[in-house]
Amino acid sequence: MSRGTVHPEPVATGRALAHDSARKHVSGDALYVDDHPPLARQYHACIGTSPIAHGTLDFMDLAPVHNAPGVVDVITANDIPGSVDIGPVFPGDPLFAERTIEYLGQPLFAVAATSQKLARQAATLALVRTTEAEPVLDLDMAIAREFHVRPPHRMQRGDVPYNLEHAVHRIRGVMRVGGQEHFYLEGQVSLAIPGEDGGMTVHTSCQNPTETQKLVAQVLDLPMNHVDVVTRRMGGGFGGKETQGAAWSCIAAVLASRTGIAVTCRLSRRDDMIMTGKRHNFRNDYDVGFDDSGRITAIRYRLAGQCGYSPDLSDAIVDRAMFHCDNAYYLPHVMIDGLRCKTHTASNTAFRGFGGPQGMIAMETVIDEIAFSLGKDPLEVRKTNFYNTSDRNLTPYHQAIGHFNIPEIIGQLEETCDYRNRREAIRRFNASSPILKKGLALTPVKFGISFTVTHLNQAGALVHVYTDGSIHLNHGGTEMGQGLMIKVAQIVAEEFKVPTERIVVSATRTDKIPNTSPTAASAGTDLNGMAALNAARKIRSRLVEFLSDRYKVPQREIAFTAQGVRTGDRTLGFEEVVRQAWLGRVSLSATGHYKTPGIHYDRETASGHPFFYFANGAAASEVVIDTLTGEHRLLRTDIIHDAGASINPAVDVGQIEGGFIQGLGWLTSEELKWDPSGKLLSDSPATYKIPAIGDTPPVFNVRILENRPNEEATVYRSKAVGEPPLMLAISAWCAIRDAIGAATDHSTFPKLNAPATPEEVLRVIREIRRPS
Amino acid sequence: MIRFVLNSERIDLEMDRADLTVLEYLRERRHLKGTKEGCASGDCGACTAVLAEVEGAALVYRNFNSCITFAGSLHGKQLITVEHLAQGGRLHPVQQAMVDHHGSQCGFCTPGFVMSLFCLYKFPRPASASRDAETCREFLAGNLCRCTGYRPILDAAHQVINDPQQDHLDRASQLTIEQLSEIGTCCHQAGGFYLPDNAQQLARLKHDMPDARLLAGGTDLALEVTQQLKDLGKLIYLGNVRELTEVRETDEEIEIGAATTLVRLDELLGATYPELSALLKRFGSRQIRNVATVGGNLANGSPIGDLAPVFMALDARITLQGTGGLRTLPMDGFFRAYRKTALRDDEFILSVTISRPPEAGQLKVYKVSKRIDDDISTVCLACLITLRDGRIGRCRLAFGGMAEKTERARNTEHALAGNRLDASTINLARAALSRDFQPISDVRASARYRLQVAGNLLERMQLELSGCEFPIRIGSL
Ligand SMILES: Cc1cc2nc3c(=O)[nH]c(=O)nc-3n(C[C@H](O)[C@H](O)[C@H](O)COP(=O)(O)OP(=O)(O)OC[C@H]3O[C@@H](n4cnc5c(N)ncnc54)[C@H](O)[C@@H]3O)c2cc1C
Ligand code: FES
Ligand code: FES
Repeated sequence: MSRGTVHPEPVATGRALAHDSARKHVSGDALYVDDHPPLARQYHACIGTSPIAHGTLDFMDLAPVHNAPGVVDVITANDIPGSVDIGPVFPGDPLFAERTIEYLGQPLFAVAATSQKLARQAATLALVRTTEAEPVLDLDMAIAREFHVRPPHRMQRGDVPYNLEHAVHRIRGVMRVGGQEHFYLEGQVSLAIPGEDGGMTVHTSCQNPTETQKLVAQVLDLPMNHVDVVTRRMGGGFGGKETQGAAWSCIAAVLASRTGIAVTCRLSRRDDMIMTGKRHNFRNDYDVGFDDSGRITAIRYRLAGQCGYSPDLSDAIVDRAMFHCDNAYYLPHVMIDGLRCKTHTASNTAFRGFGGPQGMIAMETVIDEIAFSLGKDPLEVRKTNFYNTSDRNLTPYHQAIGHFNIPEIIGQLEETCDYRNRREAIRRFNASSPILKKGLALTPVKFGISFTVTHLNQAGALVHVYTDGSIHLNHGGTEMGQGLMIKVAQIVAEEFKVPTERIVVSATRTDKIPNTSPTAASAGTDLNGMAALNAARKIRSRLVEFLSDRYKVPQREIAFTAQGVRTGDRTLGFEEVVRQAWLGRVSLSATGHYKTPGIHYDRETASGHPFFYFANGAAASEVVIDTLTGEHRLLRTDIIHDAGASINPAVDVGQIEGGFIQGLGWLTSEELKWDPSGKLLSDSPATYKIPAIGDTPPVFNVRILENRPNEEATVYRSKAVGEPPLMLAISAWCAIRDAIGAATDHSTFPKLNAPATPEEVLRVIREIRRPS
Repeated sequence: MIRFVLNSERIDLEMDRADLTVLEYLRERRHLKGTKEGCASGDCGACTAVLAEVEGAALVYRNFNSCITFAGSLHGKQLITVEHLAQGGRLHPVQQAMVDHHGSQCGFCTPGFVMSLFCLYKFPRPASASRDAETCREFLAGNLCRCTGYRPILDAAHQVINDPQQDHLDRASQLTIEQLSEIGTCCHQAGGFYLPDNAQQLARLKHDMPDARLLAGGTDLALEVTQQLKDLGKLIYLGNVRELTEVRETDEEIEIGAATTLVRLDELLGATYPELSALLKRFGSRQIRNVATVGGNLANGSPIGDLAPVFMALDARITLQGTGGLRTLPMDGFFRAYRKTALRDDEFILSVTISRPPEAGQLKVYKVSKRIDDDISTVCLACLITLRDGRIGRCRLAFGGMAEKTERARNTEHALAGNRLDASTINLARAALSRDFQPISDVRASARYRLQVAGNLLERMQLELSGCEFPIRIGSL
């Protein structure tokens, strides 16, 4: 081996290492916020909420709450020392309603008591007088009344009216897709511990410690440097703790600051489901023109998202739906209107995919309907419409597609899942099975990676190397189960060529890493991994410089290897190098910062380069439906997903499988229902059904696309993998439609909405069989 | 004083509150934080812990939801929590399997899964390996995971059932049995928690304390505490009442004590009535079935209770005991209105009796729900039907989810009885159904769906009984 040009084998990245907390998870030793070691004194908070969806709060008699056993404090909007509004981007989210009430379940007051149960019992005792106003609860009504939380936005390219007018074929349609409750297993929870100078330390299960820090400071009327926010891990987040994790911290902090005692605010499951927003449901209208081959010539969309009562993140979420209603297909002439509709319901928020899935499913519906109308296999129509990287490469937002590996993925998947033969076998099965019908669909996913709000695409990290060679790692990302900590540890370990066991990852803290972005947009590893890499590189180059000086070896002859640091002819142990460097007064601590290069989006012109790159994948799903009850089951799913050069294939496969099943729940069994007064009926896991173990398909083949490192210079050429796999579940939903088609002799296009609950499946069959 | 063994420690617990849940006890009083709360309603399994009881000469392990189980019912048992499985820094095989298969992501569901896996591990493996997948699912369907998609957890489950080894609990089992036998079951009262051990004592307690609530498995009752925030001052626990936990069999009948759990019911009747067995496997989850009882399901009077239609179809009789003695009613005379039963204030359900040998005919049972596992019925149909020469002889049809109470479909029965088992009879029966029922729309389904599905289930029954050639149930694929 020639000296100086060594490219040592990776020691840490690319390995299927266990989650850093796996042993703690299985033994019950992993601490979540509510598992905090007992404090000498601690109160528990519960929130009192609005009994009506819309109107005014006239009067509250809180004396019965005050007088209830165990109660130590009760607060309303009037008791907030600082700002009452905690809207994350735009104002409109009061911590407690002051006069105007905008949803049933909106917080009105909070009570602190000596136990959780006493607090909850006391909260039911308030006498609340309100004047009701007519609520808008329904998306269609909000659309009709142009009732919006933010103005509409349009993207367009080419001449849509003309090309629709002159299309060979034209279809207009509507599809509806439901919302989704996050159902993180650990509900919203915060623990506020008062400190010196009016300061506050908040332990919270949230995806955005910096935002929480800022809001707690605002609510308490303190500078941000008086508030520390700590997030060790979440028992699931999925977007539901991006902005909507903050209120509970603010409430706990106000109560803690008033009583001088630590306060936990942990929502009961029902309160959590009622008070917090969900994935946006959408109504998607389309008008599409296409030729005989099924190739789209022009399309016009109107995507209307139900945002609930406040803007929250809805602007960006509806934007992302618009950014994804092309999915993997070139739309020569395209116009997309995105509406942010207001209703008197909880404020809908981020949820894995962030609007992207709701846009993408509209596109896949259009493809299915085109295929149906031409009597073609939908997979053929999909292929006919794919982007390429030359003449069919421009997205509706004018970003050119530089790399496009979907045809390759689809090609591989079609082979490995045996699409053709199974299509034929299913046809035969259906011919002899009048009651049970099978369906098959193979659908792609192309998902843009980066926050579309440009300034969020930055991250910070902090690496300390101690004199014994152990390494302490911090960054702005939070752990919610996605394996961010182990991946970033692998990246840092790789830089020093040490085992990951040498690295300790501790809680995310705003006093260690300031001014962070939420852990969201799948960008956790891309951003924080790079920031950590940059920090580690600083230390490494200091070490190299030091060794070069000390041993009089040119820097290029110094290499970190699994055996130690090769310095010319000698190899020194990492500990030894560190010890010597410390004695040589070299700083062994560094911060790192990273910002994603080259991205921008101009909302004025609806054009730009919002995404650093795209993550891709495809899934083929086979289902069977029971035409007597509408019940269905997923029989088999095959997935190939593009994770670039995976930093941790076990973690990435976990994201793919978990995302897929979560998407499956969204599209098949998870149904949100409200009564006519705006009260959420599906307010517990008894009535809201996320997938259980029997919903995992008996045949589930998941593979990461091999040998396809990211073309963009991401950390170790990996790709983001948190959100995109959720949309692979669209294949199962399309397969249900395919089966309904078989059950109805392919006579009419099945206008299936999501979720495809048994009732929805039966409704569609009934409507086709007996048109009224 | 409630006496039990917590992991390996003998506990004598003063009951300052009768309605203290096991989860509260563990987390708030013992600071054992490994057991999690995800819902406090028995639906998610994050709070799963294990009870060991001496049966015969051995310990039998059962997983249960600690969030909806009252601490008083621990008396005489060993309570095992996740903290107990690893020993001396070595993970238990089920824990190691979860690590090896990457079975945790956020980890919040994981302790619960580990405890269910532990019970699976301790469960005698079914004779045929082809049932492994079913068994794994049966034990794990009551644990929700929002992160993994379950595949790695299933892999871990398959691994552990294929590789049983002695663990430290086996090695300590003699000691545990001794600890438990020292306690005995005899404790009659602890604070507001009463544990009678025979029906006579129970009748007296019920008479003396009209405000006390009867507690069997608690899977309905505890929700009043955890969801409706009620304080239940006095509880009378039925789990030790001899007459309620016994099963008496004669040549003519089998009398099942009201406190018989659903897992036990399956063992008793599953072989005779395979469709009841299949229903029971979809009743709640293993955690629920391990503690939930026959009497609780009936006394609750819910229109969507799953046993009532089956017992009505089987023409079971229900025996009630009160200060006035015993009385026996036909099952379809027991339910009076929405959540109202024939039970008088001083009465409790003693038993349910079914004729033997089983009546001629076939028992068909259909449960329709949004999710296959651990979901409440949207519609549940049970039917006992006899056929001769293609004609329907007797038929007893009972529906859950179609009215304010579980009810026989008399008009429909009439339309079927004596007629040929064919499509035209089914069409008449369908029409009769809408005279029997005007179902409601609720969070689970619309009235229209319920009615249509009820009719379609009749069609399914006709097709199945006519021996059609094609597949007719998804589960059969
Ligand atoms: C997650 C979950 C899933 C469930 N799934 C199902 C399901 O699939 N199908 C279904 O039918 N039910 C289901 N249930 C409801 C419940 O589990 C059953 O009704 C169960 O059989 C109740 O029995 P128990 O012993 O737990 O009753 P308990 O909760 O102990 O008692 C219920 C009521 O009956 C009274 N009672 C109990 N025993 C007697 C007696 N011997 N005499 C008089 N009164 C008595 C009690 O005082 C109480 O009012 C589910 C519940 C949960 C929490
Ligand atoms: S906490 Fe969900 S089942 Fe007990
Ligand atoms: S690992 Fe997060 S819920 Fe199972």
